[in-house]
Amino acid sequence: MTLLEVDNISRHYKLPPAGFRGEARNLRAVDGVSFSISKGETLGLVGESGCGKSTTGRLVLGHIPRSGGTVTFNGRVVGTKRDAQWREMRRHLQMVYQDPLGALDRRWSIANQIGEPLDIHQKSMPKAERAERVAGLMADVGLRPDLAQRFPHELSGGQRQRVVIARALALEPELIVFDEPVSALDVSVQAQMLNLLDDLRARTSFASLFISHDLKVVRHISDRVAVMYLGEIVEQGPSETIFRAPQHPYTKALAAAIPSARRSDKTERTLLSGAPPNPVNKPSGCTFHPRCPMAMPVCAQVKPTMTIDGLHGVACHLVSGGNTNSVVTP
Amino acid sequence: MTLIAAPAEPPVFSLRNLTVDFRHGEGFVRALHGIDLDLRRGETLGIVGESGCGKSITWLAALGLLRGGAKVGGSAKVMGQELVHASDRTLSSVRGGRVAMIFQDPSSSLNPVHKIGKQLLESLRLHRGLTGAAARAEAVRLLDRVGISNAAQRMREYAHEMSGGMNQRIMIAMALAGEPDVLIADEATTALDTTIQAQVLALLQEIQKDTGSALVIISHDLGVVAEMTDRVAVMYCGRVIETGNRDEIFDNPQHPYTRGLMAAVPDLTGPRQRLVAIPGTVPAPDRLPPGCFFSPRCEYASPQCTAAPIPMLSIGSSLIHRVACVRLDAISQGVAS
Amino acid sequence: MKYFLVRLLRALVTILAVVSLCFIVLRLAGDPSVAMLGPDVSAAEIAAFRQRWGLDQPLHVQFFQFIWAVMHGDLGYSMRGGEPALSMVLRHVPQTLAITVPALLVSIAIGVPAGIAAALYRNTWFDRLIILVSIVGYTVPSFVLALVLALVFSVSLRWFPTGGSGTLAHLVLPVATIGLIGAAVIARYTRSAMLEVDGQPFIRTASAKGLRRGAVVRRHALPNAAVPIVTILGFMVGSTVTGAVVVETVFSWPGIGRLLVTSVAARDLAVVQVITLLVSAAMVLSNLVVDLLYGFLDPRMRASQSVGE
Repeated sequence: MTLLEVDNISRHYKLPPAGFRGEARNLRAVDGVSFSISKGETLGLVGESGCGKSTTGRLVLGHIPRSGGTVTFNGRVVGTKRDAQWREMRRHLQMVYQDPLGALDRRWSIANQIGEPLDIHQKSMPKAERAERVAGLMADVGLRPDLAQRFPHELSGGQRQRVVIARALALEPELIVFDEPVSALDVSVQAQMLNLLDDLRARTSFASLFISHDLKVVRHISDRVAVMYLGEIVEQGPSETIFRAPQHPYTKALAAAIPSARRSDKTERTLLSGAPPNPVNKPSGCTFHPRCPMAMPVCAQVKPTMTIDGLHGVACHLVSGGNTNSVVTP
Repeated sequence: MTLIAAPAEPPVFSLRNLTVDFRHGEGFVRALHGIDLDLRRGETLGIVGESGCGKSITWLAALGLLRGGAKVGGSAKVMGQELVHASDRTLSSVRGGRVAMIFQDPSSSLNPVHKIGKQLLESLRLHRGLTGAAARAEAVRLLDRVGISNAAQRMREYAHEMSGGMNQRIMIAMALAGEPDVLIADEATTALDTTIQAQVLALLQEIQKDTGSALVIISHDLGVVAEMTDRVAVMYCGRVIETGNRDEIFDNPQHPYTRGLMAAVPDLTGPRQRLVAIPGTVPAPDRLPPGCFFSPRCEYASPQCTAAPIPMLSIGSSLIHRVACVRLDAISQGVAS
Repeated sequence: MKYFLVRLLRALVTILAVVSLCFIVLRLAGDPSVAMLGPDVSAAEIAAFRQRWGLDQPLHVQFFQFIWAVMHGDLGYSMRGGEPALSMVLRHVPQTLAITVPALLVSIAIGVPAGIAAALYRNTWFDRLIILVSIVGYTVPSFVLALVLALVFSVSLRWFPTGGSGTLAHLVLPVATIGLIGAAVIARYTRSAMLEVDGQPFIRTASAKGLRRGAVVRRHALPNAAVPIVTILGFMVGSTVTGAVVVETVFSWPGIGRLLVTSVAARDLAVVQVITLLVSAAMVLSNLVVDLLYGFLDPRMRASQSVGE
């Protein structure tokens, strides 16, 4: 059953002109993104810097205003105005950020911070019950009880991230957006954190949007994966198969670019040339065509739409066969 | 590929019992506990480990690039020239000319108020005495070599006007300007996007083939090390705990930490299974256990492990694969503590 | 161009605001008539005085009259003698420049090298000495330093005169007072600017390239430390003028600082206003110059300047 429905959302920024007498420029950070997440499911959102994945996460939660499209959670529209309804939705929609130290208040004990959501949304909870709940959350995320009165700067990076996760779980949200939660952690601590998230999901079955640039991590933790490039989703599919048999040229290049410890199945790699263009100057037609090793003439003119085949969707003319129903970009 | 037999040529960079102590309150704390490493001409050595293991400090200390308050001990020789406690003049002649180093964050590793052409020309003047038109021509050639298009135009630009990938290429060009015998890449691609990382790594390999120089790849990313290197050294808490040929390390890792590290990395295309996480956390440098530093987290630990300093032992008949572990026999017999 | 015009407009508004504030405060602070005329004067004379200078009007009327006059280039007249305030003040400006400009140069010549040296030899006795001297320098009130210098070098050693003007010898102590305090402030800021730059990654790159320490400092660290140092120099203009007020009074130096003090005491309104106008214009101008210098020193600022604010 669909928990979150994201329909053609976009986020544009107006920039001042580049020179003295230029025109105002339009930065299309997110440009027509659609996906859905079912109850208990994890969708991974992956892409390189500037692709708009973090902005998408914030749009989904209603943290920043949308330039277009709708976000529906449990049938209700997710607004962006900070009113009572928005605040009430925070009980069900939570976020975990990359930098745990920045997400925590230096002067509060971690027990207080984990319990803060309860203070806001469940004010009537008796003190004893609240304390018990906080202790339970700390145990769930693997924090020793004696750390309760410590402060964030006294903990390690991994421990701090656990505190942030515990706080996010306090209200038993149905959807959590994770924005690069393990990128700043060492390999062994990262493994601990991923295992922890697996355990927590098994226990509380929250759904999540997992945003990361690290394909291996995203593939490991997600049920489905969506690949973003310059503000658009170019491919989405089950994590089991999407990187083993990618269809979009960008996904193929991304997967091939990952250096692998398993050199036995390393195929001949075609390196992508150049760098992602400035999102202010998005190429016409398919945004990937300037770098695509298999670009055809139609790719520069017509924007490909997402062709869905079962669980797998690809936005590429090679796959859709250059269909004539595509939207023509001005 | 490297020879298995002992080489006739002396190593191009040789570290012996290299130690580093940092000021810590009233006293000092040891961050590097006696590193022994050799680097041979033309080979690529990978240094892998997590943050705080000393993989960067090793080479910064050897080149005298550690900032105030660090005491360096032991020996670091570049082609026979001793660097530890050498004069500023000796060190400057080695840096850039013999041994070049590129760093993690290319955009802040370039001077923000100088055009990049100026910075490149500075290296050329310093190491090859080139000036004027000859220098500019060579600078353009170097930028071309590292894959920067419109080189002449780029020379007039500043670091903040270009992407991270381009800045790292410029750093590589500056490193090449001195025609070094050794190039050290310290987490050089960590801050770059995946596709750009692949380009830069391929560039480094290409350059190494062309110039025949030795390459040191320092990284926490096992995949990068696996792809790029001939030999690997694994570090933990300021010690080298395993070293060997790349194939030996990745196909037959021996040290429990090395094995733990490999099991902790998720896979891109293989089966999805629960990761094996190494329990506990890395100890702080001033709270290291006696004997083997890894013992508190090791499932095979025994009283032997904390009793005495752990020597590096050879594995089988290999002359290169060595491990700092006294429990290898017990582990291979499947015995836990 | 648009950027520059906006800054200029802001500057003018700032100056106008400062002078207006000065105007209002002066008139609220007390009646000049008694100060000017003395205590033994009849009520009729006071009334005549007040009428002559427009002091019998309500405050806002006086203010509008003032703005009107300023727009026509009339900056008022001194109540002591009737001379136009502007020409009276301008007469004293060269004297103040004679001590403030050399003082500023002395501050830079001593402060910048001291700060750089302190940063390079950080945590050594030399660094600690510079820090100590600089703390003493900018906490000691300028009149205390002035009096101490006068005591030591004028009264005891008889090397320099205690006051007045006319010869080069008269110049030394006033310049030294302002200059030393300025040097202390500049040294402190230079030191912290250098320390901050020295810890940046590109400094390590410069060393790794094989540059000797001296070259790294000269060619890479200093140009980057220039921006914060230039910022503080912009502020120094203001503090130098403040220093001049005190120093000119202590050493009886006939500049606008001393003129300001005597005019405030005498409630010579127009003169005080004109001096305020001049000094605020000088400060605003120096900040404008500093802003323009930024673009020259740091290419990253050029990019944001062209886009606008």
